Amino acid sequence: MTIIYIPRDTASISMGADDVAIAIAALGADLKEDITIIRNGTWGMTYLEPLVEVDTDQGRVAYGPVTVSDLPSLYEAGFLNGLDHKLCHGLTSEIDYLKNQDRLTFVRAGLIDPLSLSDYIKNDGYKGLENSLKLSKAQIVEEVTLSGLRGRGGAAFPTGIKWNTVRQTEAAQKYICCNADEGDSGTFSDRILMESDPLCLIEGMTIAGLAVGATKGYIYLRSEYPLCKEILTGAIKVARDNNYLGANICGSDKAFDIEIRMGAGSYVCGEETAMLESLEGKRGMVRAKPPLPAHVGLFGAPTVINNVLSLASVPIILAKGGDYYKNFGIGRSRGTIAFQLAGNIKRGGLVEKAFGISLKDLINDFGGGTYSDKAIKAVQVGGPLGAYLGQDNFGLPLDYEAFTEAGAVLGHGGIVVFDETANMRDQALFAFEFCAIESCGKCTPCRIGSIRGAELLKTGTNMQLLQDLCQLMDTSSLCAMGGMTPIPVRSAVKYWPEDFEKSSS
Amino acid sequence: MRDLDKAKTIIGDFKDVDGALLECLHAIQAYYGYVPKETVDLMADGFNLSRAEIHGVISYYHDFKTSPQGRIVIRVCQAESCQAMGSRQLSKHVQQKLGVEFGETTSDYSLEAVYCFGNCALSPNIEVNGKLHARVSLDKFDLILQEGVK
Repeated sequence: MTIIYIPRDTASISMGADDVAIAIAALGADLKEDITIIRNGTWGMTYLEPLVEVDTDQGRVAYGPVTVSDLPSLYEAGFLNGLDHKLCHGLTSEIDYLKNQDRLTFVRAGLIDPLSLSDYIKNDGYKGLENSLKLSKAQIVEEVTLSGLRGRGGAAFPTGIKWNTVRQTEAAQKYICCNADEGDSGTFSDRILMESDPLCLIEGMTIAGLAVGATKGYIYLRSEYPLCKEILTGAIKVARDNNYLGANICGSDKAFDIEIRMGAGSYVCGEETAMLESLEGKRGMVRAKPPLPAHVGLFGAPTVINNVLSLASVPIILAKGGDYYKNFGIGRSRGTIAFQLAGNIKRGGLVEKAFGISLKDLINDFGGGTYSDKAIKAVQVGGPLGAYLGQDNFGLPLDYEAFTEAGAVLGHGGIVVFDETANMRDQALFAFEFCAIESCGKCTPCRIGSIRGAELLKTGTNMQLLQDLCQLMDTSSLCAMGGMTPIPVRSAVKYWPEDFEKSSS
Repeated sequence: MRDLDKAKTIIGDFKDVDGALLECLHAIQAYYGYVPKETVDLMADGFNLSRAEIHGVISYYHDFKTSPQGRIVIRVCQAESCQAMGSRQLSKHVQQKLGVEFGETTSDYSLEAVYCFGNCALSPNIEVNGKLHARVSLDKFDLILQEGVK
């Protein structure tokens, strides 16, 4: 019997993975080959999707990107025995793109069938929970604090400190809210984690629940991710059926359960307090802080709000210890971060690396330069509210502090590459327009400032007025939406002033 | 007057679930194709909210529609990663080809702007009736359209 892996993630399906799976099954039936197809998650080498792997005695051999029309020649070349073909990349585990990563959070992505509990457990899954069940609440929090883990959603707040605040707040009901509203352009690591290793997120949330005394968790998932919903729903059922969720987790008498809630196309609902409003069934209007959600959060109860990847990093921290995790990274940025190479890039995909790698190495060594083969003009790091950086900044080490110092944002690790045809005035204009569309409208600097900013860039060249507006939005907006929209604008003006000399067409 | 029995059942399922108005709206829209005006009163009753509050929620979120959509719903990503791969040009082409502007609906088409499908390593992206297509060149769009119209 030959085992063939064909990923079932949004990216590979968008490139025809479902059709390839159907065609390979049909080919097997026609030619009387004994084939078993496993729909695994993705390894994150998106540029090779659909990446078809054949299990051999030496290991899994990778072919990609495979289309239905490649199948006859693949079969002729003997791909069922792992033989060579122009689409063959050798053993998956030996591909440089993957081999040169530090896979901690994404250790199982691509490797396993996302809905197989036995695959998950065989590959170190639920070890973190097993250890946590033997620890006190304070000890779990201590381990997370020791690891140095900071919020991977973008704000980089120390996770251990947040958990400790919720742990110490007395309440009859507390909640764990997972922010899976991955709205930043250029980011897809949360999606890959949820589609490829959903039990890892479920385990992380369960450990968070044990640590702070919360019995209920919500995953706030963006509606643009329907496949995530399907896979997470399946994984939650598997966990429930096997007592990894429910009233009696692993026979411990401790309870925790998870519900998925869908967003409805609002970017600002990725802001944590707007997310709480949305989870409560309201308009996604940002709340003023204080009170912190850790004190008064969902339905007024103390609430841990963490990004998908913060929570999904917890199982390995509890399995291998905070010290193990802390040994990756530099300075105050400990552990690994999942970079996402996107936009005009040859080898786009997910790269999990310890903090400290330079932008240049990431874009050139992993990314292979631009897709269009033209020179790189700009790179936007950290989503729509992150700075545009030029060649002069490519030596910057990717860690939170170095980026903050440079007036930039590491954010959720999204890296969008633009080639020399980009016009930075258009990009600055888009930053304002996007803010105007997505502003919740509660505070004036964001609601009105974004519209005035777009007008300024469309009609005039008054740079002083533009700078004044940026300063106003930066210092007096209620949340990061209005407060950080000036970051891409200012960086575009600073590094490419020539693009702003005439008003745009 | 359309059949509202299904809406009543949906509202019954969600009205006692904590904060589930968005889930209810998603379910109503999944059944009717949009959120019919008549269901707003029913939701106001069921959730013990004012009609204004329900309207506020519907109008806040891009996803919720208050009128029927075209037979083919096309959503084109407008965010940075797709911009870097030519989505501005693609968007112009799509509008011209369909004779529909963003935000407009005809009996055949609804055309919507979307800000990120999370498939940014394979930009530009469009979605046609719920199916995501990646690396969409102008030619590829024409092909997809042909298949979609069939």
